Amino acid sequence: MRRSVVSLTIVMVIVAILLGNLYYLQVKQFENYATRSNDNRIRVVPIAPPRGLIYDRNGVLLAENIPNFTLEIVPENTDNLEQLLDDLAELLELTPNDIERFQNQRKQIRRFNPVPLKSQLNEQQVALFSVNQHRFPGASIDASLSRYYPYGAALTHVLGYVARINTRDVERLEEQGIRANYAATRNIGKLGIERYYEDILHGQAGYQEVEVNNRGRVLRTMKVVPPIPGKDLHLNIDINLQLKAKQLLDGRRGSAVVLDPVDSGVLAMVSSPSYDPNLFVNGISSKDYSALLESPHRPLINRATQGVYPPASTIKPQLAVMGLELGLVTPQERIWDPGWFQIPNTERRFRDWKRWGHGWVDVYKAIEQSVDTYYYKLAYEAGINNIHQYMSEFGFGEYSGIDIHEESKANMPSREWKRQRHKEPWWQGDTISVGIGQGYWTSTPLQLTQATNILVNRGKRTQPKLLRAVDDGEHFEKLPPPDQEPIELNNPANWDVALKGMWGVTNKHNGTSWKAFEDTPYVVAGKSGTAQVFSLGEDEEYDADSLDERLRDNAMFVAYAPYDDPKLVTTVVLENAGGGSSNSAPVIRELFDYYFLGEDAGQSAGASEE
Amino acid sequence: MNYKQQQQSLWWRFHIDWPLLLGLLALMGLSLVVLYSASGESMAMVQRQLIRFGVAFFAMLVLAQIPPDVYQRWAPLAYGVGLALLVAVLVMGEVGKGAQRWLNLGFVTFQPSEIMKLAVPLMVARYISAQPLPPRFKYVAIGVIIAMAPALLIAKQPDLGTCLLVACSGIFALFLAGMSWKLVGLAAALVSGFVPILWFFLMRDYQRQRVLTLLNPESDPLGAGYHIIQSKIAIGSGGFGGKGWLHGTQSQLDFLPERHTDFIFAVLAEEFGFIGVAAMFCLYLYVTGRGMFIAAQAQTAFGRLLAGCITLTFFVYVFVNVGMVSGLLPVVGVPLPLISYGGTSIVTLMAGFGILMSVHTHKRLYAQ
Repeated sequence: MRRSVVSLTIVMVIVAILLGNLYYLQVKQFENYATRSNDNRIRVVPIAPPRGLIYDRNGVLLAENIPNFTLEIVPENTDNLEQLLDDLAELLELTPNDIERFQNQRKQIRRFNPVPLKSQLNEQQVALFSVNQHRFPGASIDASLSRYYPYGAALTHVLGYVARINTRDVERLEEQGIRANYAATRNIGKLGIERYYEDILHGQAGYQEVEVNNRGRVLRTMKVVPPIPGKDLHLNIDINLQLKAKQLLDGRRGSAVVLDPVDSGVLAMVSSPSYDPNLFVNGISSKDYSALLESPHRPLINRATQGVYPPASTIKPQLAVMGLELGLVTPQERIWDPGWFQIPNTERRFRDWKRWGHGWVDVYKAIEQSVDTYYYKLAYEAGINNIHQYMSEFGFGEYSGIDIHEESKANMPSREWKRQRHKEPWWQGDTISVGIGQGYWTSTPLQLTQATNILVNRGKRTQPKLLRAVDDGEHFEKLPPPDQEPIELNNPANWDVALKGMWGVTNKHNGTSWKAFEDTPYVVAGKSGTAQVFSLGEDEEYDADSLDERLRDNAMFVAYAPYDDPKLVTTVVLENAGGGSSNSAPVIRELFDYYFLGEDAGQSAGASEE
Repeated sequence: MNYKQQQQSLWWRFHIDWPLLLGLLALMGLSLVVLYSASGESMAMVQRQLIRFGVAFFAMLVLAQIPPDVYQRWAPLAYGVGLALLVAVLVMGEVGKGAQRWLNLGFVTFQPSEIMKLAVPLMVARYISAQPLPPRFKYVAIGVIIAMAPALLIAKQPDLGTCLLVACSGIFALFLAGMSWKLVGLAAALVSGFVPILWFFLMRDYQRQRVLTLLNPESDPLGAGYHIIQSKIAIGSGGFGGKGWLHGTQSQLDFLPERHTDFIFAVLAEEFGFIGVAAMFCLYLYVTGRGMFIAAQAQTAFGRLLAGCITLTFFVYVFVNVGMVSGLLPVVGVPLPLISYGGTSIVTLMAGFGILMSVHTHKRLYAQ
């Protein structure tokens, strides 16, 4: 009881001390602090740096910053807000929607700060407002830069896009300790190149110190530290080739990848269907977004790097290199193909695509005519361990190293993988299907292109890259292609066997795809593939209505040209289109014609496609 | 039974002490008024605060229904669980703003140190009230250990504000139990001995910086001293009568940092002046006084100690917060109780008042 009284007394004493101090601050020192409060008018206002531009390999602008004029109002600085809104609505033909959004935003924005009324004003509206500005105190036009992608859907899966910084971005920026640099930045790279090279593209924020009056209005600028613009990027992309590839894939589900075999630069990378990235820049409507999300054609996925398909027969040249190197086959040796293969002492027959067989087959013919039986036997004799080791060196089951984050490793199966994933041992039968690029083996179109690229370069390996050079206005820094350890063969002549086989595919009259490349003035080599269907992605659900169409084979084709001095290495994958030779090869033919012969020749060749 | 008694019995049936409730509601009302201005007239923030008050009020109501002997029985469990969680948070807690306070339970993240704000007074009060009073040195020493173990764990996170509150709550129970003045003097000496340990081993750089800044805020006007300078200007320029609601230039023009949370007192002082500040202190004194009255009226030693130390801890919030915002104490993260925006602290505080009401309203009939 007594202690309670003592405590309460101590409480009173403390309150007296606190109040005494406050009395000193607020009454005795009032003059002093009032003056300092009035002087307290320097504000630091951050300035967003202009984002770096993106060009293609020939200097064509792919991503630019265009001025975006926004009409803003500081409600506290207006005389009669209702009247002002009415007048502005009349002058600029504002909709009730604009007004409503303004009123909503107003509640979330601090006092004395501008509230946007209408963004993306056209030049006429800007002029109209400027002439009448004196009538509208408190209203002003803010000219900010806004990202624009002139080629729209043609480059979405390459460039990605920028969009509003969200809370997750803020967390990441804070973790990296660069939040302050984004104080005035509205958008951040969300996908593709824009995301991968965000740090290079963004630049360094500047700031200005301004003097404000006691209502928060800016009186004058004291000091300006200008922002440092982000650096410009030059890509390996050839926009003309990209547009051609896009045009050839329009209306289909599939993808095309074109690499430059010299430095593995990505000349074109198309995923179809695509969508307009400009929708995202100023905030996509939820209706548009859910349409993209729910589309059965899945436009948001980058099929070139995330589309996971069995490679089918397209990898037979690489498997041939493996067989030769292991000494399991020789260029001269022939085997008899009755139309099927049987593991010794078992019942099951693995069928060739040609029911009655190919007769006597050597390694060239096995590639030219895509003889399954030859590869069943080869895979059986090599075993999954060898296949896994050799094909991993060709990049299967690994990230290619391309400079976007949207990439799948797909799957190069091994004994360990199956034990972990399926809790089952590896059966011999599993190896047989892997021998023709089916079974557990999956790959992305980019991986297929890179595997062919490595073949064409006789084992020299260079990571495929979109970025060619960085330009900060003073230095144009060309990036060296990132080389990896080459694949060294005991007998380098084995490369020539595989390449000659691919030449036969498109040039010999019994090759599977000679018709698609008939009479080309340049020499093409390639390999077809027809993958038994496997849906896109591992977890895709089948829609009963579209099941039939989706059960059709995927058409794949890899090719390079010219044969002697390769300039292009290409893969085209068309989902559920049927055979690779008859569907994907003509697309590559048109693409090659366009590149090597020019626009007109490309079109005349296109006419003969049907 | 006359009308007045009947009315009183209705409050008692729900175990609510209405004079205390009145004081708490007044503080909450003040919070909403100041918050509306401090948040830049954000109705959304006011609504969120209102929801938090609702939750806190509910917690108070529930805890008031539980009789004190239940608290007495379960105190060790609450204390044990709280201690375990504190260890867990050090081992696997989430780091935010350079400190490790949050425990993620999958469905909810929370600060286990909040539990300790109630568990420590419960445990110390239970332990000491079971001994002959006034306690002998040995029991006081054990009581100190009970309070300091969690306080040290919290300091390690590091959360100096909460550490201080938890340690205080334990010490208050011992003081109220009547520990000898000699021991009080000894404790004071120990605390001063603890200061160097705190400085060299437990505090992090940013905390040391805050203390140094307090001694000379003008030395670093753009860095750590900025908070204190700006909040002193806000308070001082408020003058005797204040600049008027929504018209504090310091707060409205973004010069005042964290103005809706820890520094909300500066907004109040700027806009309502010394008069407003004095009125606020009257409210806090009223609540503190009522709390001490409840403590004095308690039937058992446990109830008396518990009620007393919850009340005094509440006042420590006020003292530390106002002290730091007006530049008398270093900046440690202690909110202005029931007025600052947000946080679990509002719920913990109201839960404490629920326990206070429970002590006051569950009286055995034979006593009357």
